[in-house]
Amino acid sequence: MSVTAPPSPRPLPPLGPNRRLKLPKQAERTLANGLTVIAVRRPAIPLVEVRLWMPAGRTHLARGALLAQTMLSGTQTMTSVQIAAELQAVGGGLSAGIDPDRLMLSGAGLVTGLDRMLEILAEVLTGAAYPGKEVGTERDRLVDRIQVAQSQPAHLARTALLKRIYGRHPYAVQTPEPEQVRAVGPAVLRRLHAERVHPADAVLVLVGDVQPERALDAAEKALGAWTGAGHTAELPPAPPLEPGPLLLVDRPGSVQSSLRVALPAVPRTHPDHAALQLANLVFGGYFSSRWVENIREDKGYTYGPHSLVEHSVAGSVLVAAAEVATEVTAPALLETMYELGRLATLPPKPDELEQARQYALGTLQLGMSTQAGLASLVSAYAGNGLRLDFLAEHAARLAKATADDVAEAAQRYLAPAQAVTVVLGDAERVAPALSALVPVRTEPVGTE
Amino acid sequence: MAARRSRIPATKYPVERFTLDNGLRVVLTPDRSAPVIGVAVVYDVGIRSEPEGRTGFAHLFEHLMFQGSENLEKLAHFRHVQGAGGTFNGSTHHDYTDYFETLPANALERALFLEADRMRGPRLTEENLRNQVDVVKEEIRVNVLNRPYGGFPWLTLPPVMFDTFPNAHDGYGSFDDLESATVADAADFFRRYYASGNAVLAVSGDIDVAEATELIGRHFGDVPARPAPERPDFGEPDLTAERRQAYTDALAPLPAVASAWRVPDPITDFAGYLPYVVLAEVLTDGDASRLVERLVHRDRTVTSIGGYVGFMGDPFDVRDPTALLLQSHLPPGGDVDKVLRTIDEELDRLATDGLTAGELARTQARMATHLLRDTDAVLGRALRMAVLEQQRGEPGLLNDLPRLVGEVTEEQVRSAAATLRPQRRASIEVIAGGAR
Repeated sequence: MSVTAPPSPRPLPPLGPNRRLKLPKQAERTLANGLTVIAVRRPAIPLVEVRLWMPAGRTHLARGALLAQTMLSGTQTMTSVQIAAELQAVGGGLSAGIDPDRLMLSGAGLVTGLDRMLEILAEVLTGAAYPGKEVGTERDRLVDRIQVAQSQPAHLARTALLKRIYGRHPYAVQTPEPEQVRAVGPAVLRRLHAERVHPADAVLVLVGDVQPERALDAAEKALGAWTGAGHTAELPPAPPLEPGPLLLVDRPGSVQSSLRVALPAVPRTHPDHAALQLANLVFGGYFSSRWVENIREDKGYTYGPHSLVEHSVAGSVLVAAAEVATEVTAPALLETMYELGRLATLPPKPDELEQARQYALGTLQLGMSTQAGLASLVSAYAGNGLRLDFLAEHAARLAKATADDVAEAAQRYLAPAQAVTVVLGDAERVAPALSALVPVRTEPVGTE
Repeated sequence: MAARRSRIPATKYPVERFTLDNGLRVVLTPDRSAPVIGVAVVYDVGIRSEPEGRTGFAHLFEHLMFQGSENLEKLAHFRHVQGAGGTFNGSTHHDYTDYFETLPANALERALFLEADRMRGPRLTEENLRNQVDVVKEEIRVNVLNRPYGGFPWLTLPPVMFDTFPNAHDGYGSFDDLESATVADAADFFRRYYASGNAVLAVSGDIDVAEATELIGRHFGDVPARPAPERPDFGEPDLTAERRQAYTDALAPLPAVASAWRVPDPITDFAGYLPYVVLAEVLTDGDASRLVERLVHRDRTVTSIGGYVGFMGDPFDVRDPTALLLQSHLPPGGDVDKVLRTIDEELDRLATDGLTAGELARTQARMATHLLRDTDAVLGRALRMAVLEQQRGEPGLLNDLPRLVGEVTEEQVRSAAATLRPQRRASIEVIAGGAR
């Protein structure tokens, strides 16, 4: 074999000039009944996305869950099958979901079917009947689904973390117990619908191949007669995190441990938010972060660690999550605390910060580049009192956050001293090593 | 109200195709509606091509393609994509493996550089291999071993339906096989399958075709030419007698069952295949579909039921042999035999009595929405067109799919339903070991 010279290194091509963030054409109207409608034009495909956000704070957990499960199960004039078939006929579909902040009806369909989708939406909002037989079926299905969720480690870890973070706040428990669901009947659902499904404070978002003003007209025509003045409950502010011993939730036989670390965070509009977002990215908020490069690409402890600032109406929290092999649970926690502590006490390097900044700015562009992404973004913003213009403001803040700002935010929010840590795993195997690092309190899985 | 038929709309994404001298096929599909691009490289190798004793190797190798290459240190690929504001990933399928990025449009040349560099050769080291074996084992624990219904049915049904290793084996791999993998295996696998002639590059989104063509030539033009390996015939005869197996899932709280029937060759008999894709939706798409209405709402014998073609639910990305699948989760103590009998009965009824007025048209309209929605993401177009080019030489088929789905006739759907007989069926049952 002949000896050849090593190839000369090829340089990485530079990036072209950044394209300016361009917001799509949109229009907004508040109808006489109090419903806010926002329509956004993205004509790339002949579809329209629909999101109806209705505040649902302090809704009874089991009743709310079953309400969402049965809302599309029939009206005075249509059966559940008719609703589904009529929506399908225009390429459409609707689904309902609830969380402690909002009840959401969402879907997508051919844009030629927008009027029909809105008519059916109005029919459901004003006439959902909660028929006894359907409620019975959906109640059983919901119970089955909860049982399946309760066998998933990610769900169990989430449940334990929420309870640990939120204590007595309505966010503390977000999944009802099966027996609570079994106690809910149709009459209760009809009453809850009358109380909580109303247009005041609700926001309808339409995104797609529409002329925004004409889409607003269509919404007004279909939903103008939706009335009802039930109440809206204010959520109390989420309580501050209370650090304490690591909570170890015992799941015997688990071949992995679910590691969750919660840290304080601020809402989107807070002056620290952009710097916090960048600090979180440097720590563990994307693949090219210190935490992922450490515990995955260097140590091989885990597959998909991720860290995210979660925004809810009553407060924000940062959650770092990783599923790690049982035998390296304590070492994984050690590296997690090390990376948090390193960022909380030493400023990030300039190239690390620039990389995180580019990622944050670039992914804003990507998130806006589909109808579905845009609809979810506009709806999430609107549910928190913001409009799409905020995106440009946020981009400007991301662009000008300095290394000092990010270091300060890291010290304030990412300090491991403030962490609330929950581990779900095989306690017998992981407790001894975890106890060598931090005080540990052990509970069986599913403890009230 | 009369069921009016919705007109099925079409996209008109333009398509440019060319082949470089080294055999690399290229598809460009410009769309300037948002300042973003999708870049996909698809290699014509997947789970079916793994050697015996090396289960899970195609997927493990996919991980190794991210571990550095000629001009890129370990971690550099991730940092360069994300530092340009983009996202990346890769995935391993039965018939192909893809690598992809979504990026702001100003990062086009960088993405081409990154893909070309690893096409010339990844850095295969013992250290990186051991690290990624550990990562893949954790991936398998998350997705299969530490959760209920792990691998159901995409890993648990093929060994019931198929007899030959390529089609039947566990594509995630056994820990023994993964741990036995060597750097030499990886080098061989790369040499054989990751050839320029065995790959397709697709770029979609906010690009200028002339400029993109020039940049692709610059970065990929000197990737050494290697021809595509001969693709073996993975065909197997259809079943002539029913097959059924069961296993206990210690974590599963409820029973479940999945059944599969072979379907016509997706590539050589596309016209014969499409009715099965439509049939799966007629049977299970939403509350107005036949099996949901009957099993979920009327009989209440299942909690949920889903139907799709392809073991990964990827009807336009698979080659023969593949299948139509129906999978159900049952309530506590549910009767699997009864569920299978009812499905047979409903299939009979469909084959004999045909569809109700509007049933096919509304299903087709809904399918059009799903197909169009998938193409809205710039990456969805690049990936789909790359695979259509690779498997069919026809990336523009993406624009035609909603219409072709809409042209499937009632008679074709009935005939398809008539072939789903119990004696052609393979089923896998999950016994709820975690029932309380």
